[in-house]
Amino acid sequence: MKLTGAEIFIESLKREGVEYLFGIPGGAVIDLHDALYKQDNIKFILTRHEQAAVHMADGYARSTGKPGVALVTSGPGATNTITGLATAYMDSVPIVVFTGQVPTPLIGNDAFQEADIVGMSRPCTKYNFLVKDVNELSKTIKKAFYIATTGRPGPVLIDFPKDIQVSKTEFKYPDTIHIRGYNPTYHGNPKQIKKVVKAIANSKKPLLYVGGGAVISEAHNEIYNLAKKLQIPVFTTLMGIGAFPEDDELSLGMAGMHGTFRANMAIQYCDMLISVGARFDDRVTGKVSEFAPYAKIVHIDIDPTSISKNIEVDYPLVGDAKLVLKDMSPLFDGYSTINWKEVRKPWLDQINKWKNEHKLAYNKETEEIVPQYVIEKLNELTKSEDPIISTEVGQHQMWVAQFYTFKKPRRLLTSGGLGTMGYGFPAGIGAKFGFDNKQVYIIAGDGSFQMNVQELSTIAAYNKSVKIIIMNNGYLGMVRQWQQLFYGRRYSNTVLEVQPDFVKLAESYGIKARRIRKKSEVAEALKELVAYKNPYLLDVVIAKEENVYPMVPAGASLDNMLLT
Amino acid sequence: MKRIYSIIVENESGVLSRVANLFSARGYNIESLSVAPIDEEGLSRMTIVTDGNEQVLEQIGKQLNKLIDVIKVIQFGDEPYVEREMALIKMHTDRNTRAEVLRIVDIFRGKVVDVSHDSYTIEVTGDSTKIDAILSLLEPLGIKELARTGKVAMIREKKR
Repeated sequence: MKLTGAEIFIESLKREGVEYLFGIPGGAVIDLHDALYKQDNIKFILTRHEQAAVHMADGYARSTGKPGVALVTSGPGATNTITGLATAYMDSVPIVVFTGQVPTPLIGNDAFQEADIVGMSRPCTKYNFLVKDVNELSKTIKKAFYIATTGRPGPVLIDFPKDIQVSKTEFKYPDTIHIRGYNPTYHGNPKQIKKVVKAIANSKKPLLYVGGGAVISEAHNEIYNLAKKLQIPVFTTLMGIGAFPEDDELSLGMAGMHGTFRANMAIQYCDMLISVGARFDDRVTGKVSEFAPYAKIVHIDIDPTSISKNIEVDYPLVGDAKLVLKDMSPLFDGYSTINWKEVRKPWLDQINKWKNEHKLAYNKETEEIVPQYVIEKLNELTKSEDPIISTEVGQHQMWVAQFYTFKKPRRLLTSGGLGTMGYGFPAGIGAKFGFDNKQVYIIAGDGSFQMNVQELSTIAAYNKSVKIIIMNNGYLGMVRQWQQLFYGRRYSNTVLEVQPDFVKLAESYGIKARRIRKKSEVAEALKELVAYKNPYLLDVVIAKEENVYPMVPAGASLDNMLLT
Repeated sequence: MKRIYSIIVENESGVLSRVANLFSARGYNIESLSVAPIDEEGLSRMTIVTDGNEQVLEQIGKQLNKLIDVIKVIQFGDEPYVEREMALIKMHTDRNTRAEVLRIVDIFRGKVVDVSHDSYTIEVTGDSTKIDAILSLLEPLGIKELARTGKVAMIREKKR
């Protein structure tokens, strides 16, 4: 039987196990929405902005590990997805975005709501397609999901012209797909693995550097076993948070610009740095020429272009983090006579000294609400329920990274690479669709929350009980902090003079909300927020000029931290 | 440091843009680029001449390999290879210069492929230094128009 392009679209998504489509309809996708109307397998989640739809697909993907899918219309619908695509691209998130397109005979004619989205999205997608023939449609969808989810994952866009949606052909969904120019390396080179194992075993001051790739490949158990067996301390990047339990004695927390003192010092004094799925981003390395000066560097990554891109490494190892570590593990048995606890003692003692020298701290002697205290309290109240935390970008994001104790991967959703304000709220909503039985806390700044504030509609419409905490200081706080420290307190355009009343705003959508101003209210308000069964917004008026410390000024080496 | 990359790519729309974008987005330089289909159906060969330090060149090779439409990346450098480029050169000619132009063309084993009352169009093939050399000799005689193909290259077969 012949199916229309729109029907093939539905059938193909079913084969890929897609539960939700996030997006907004429009002229170029009416036929797809008509096909969606006639079935119950795939639920369409109507958002209020296409950018938010893509972030929802992203949050769904990061939290569940399954690809997230968005469907938007042509022209402005399509161009609104760019920030979402770029966000997912930088953080290697598997999403597939379908954009409507004007009918093929009109392409290139500057037709109504036409945009060259394939051209525009090329630099911020892993791959993209324009479907020109309905006979290619199912194969294209199969390829898109395959490319998005394999190797180093990333966003894929399919541009889907209106005439293809109504053309008919026989439907056959391919079982497998082969793309001759695309063969990711999963298993590490055995000889190189042997060399690396030897180098690690012989090092005195090894350090594990765990990035987002470890979360994506689900290498957390392997990392844990390696760290424990050889007594190697571990720090993570922002993206790697949760790949190693932060309450473990070997955890140094996050490193980098706002990393812990002990993690940054450990980098500068280690003799062996083992990077697992990280990419030596400038926010982690600080001044590149002075990064880890005494260390031999092992770099395990599935993407060969990440290796020796920013920092020349001594032991490149291309492969999937989990599989490489699995292959390495038995080779350490050759060193079973070594008492690692004893061997490692001087190094771990040194690290403990750093740990006690400068702990993460904040002012506890004030009536004002300090944001770090809110995060600590939330951590205390929610640690047993294993929630998902989604953040926006800025100071509050760093406070979450520093003061919430993450113990499992896929629990922190945050825009690391692109640093997209407006990401956290929709991403948290996407995660809630993925896990209806899990608590999702969205921690936002008053600036970034307003970048996708319209999605209050979406949570109200679907009654998605996400819990929003706004750290409200009336500033674009992170930029203000830089202005304070490096620009002579000239607060140029970072003061948010006019703010909505977030409580009334939430209430206007029928969402329960509350504002607190005093430290004494925090615990009780958070309890109420945690216990409430529907969506809830808590507007926390925080100390206005609280800063994120430690801080490595941009371009300085990691041991040059401003501590207070 | 200059380097020639020869890449075999899928003959899909947008491939050229993907390759060009890789260079522009990362601030790498393309000195010349030539593209044409090869004998295998659906594939093309792109020859790219670029420059950069060792680290940049290594990244370029990896980044090219990472592109999904790129099937093979051949990097010229260590092994002996043949490189060729063709140029079409249109010369202003008159009674005084014709003979000299022809002599130069002859020395460089070029061909005159079009003639008019006041011009010769010359075809010449060789490695880039040869093309540069003939151009420098013809320059003072009056070049009207110049078209160069950019390099193509191939690894030499091993001799036994």
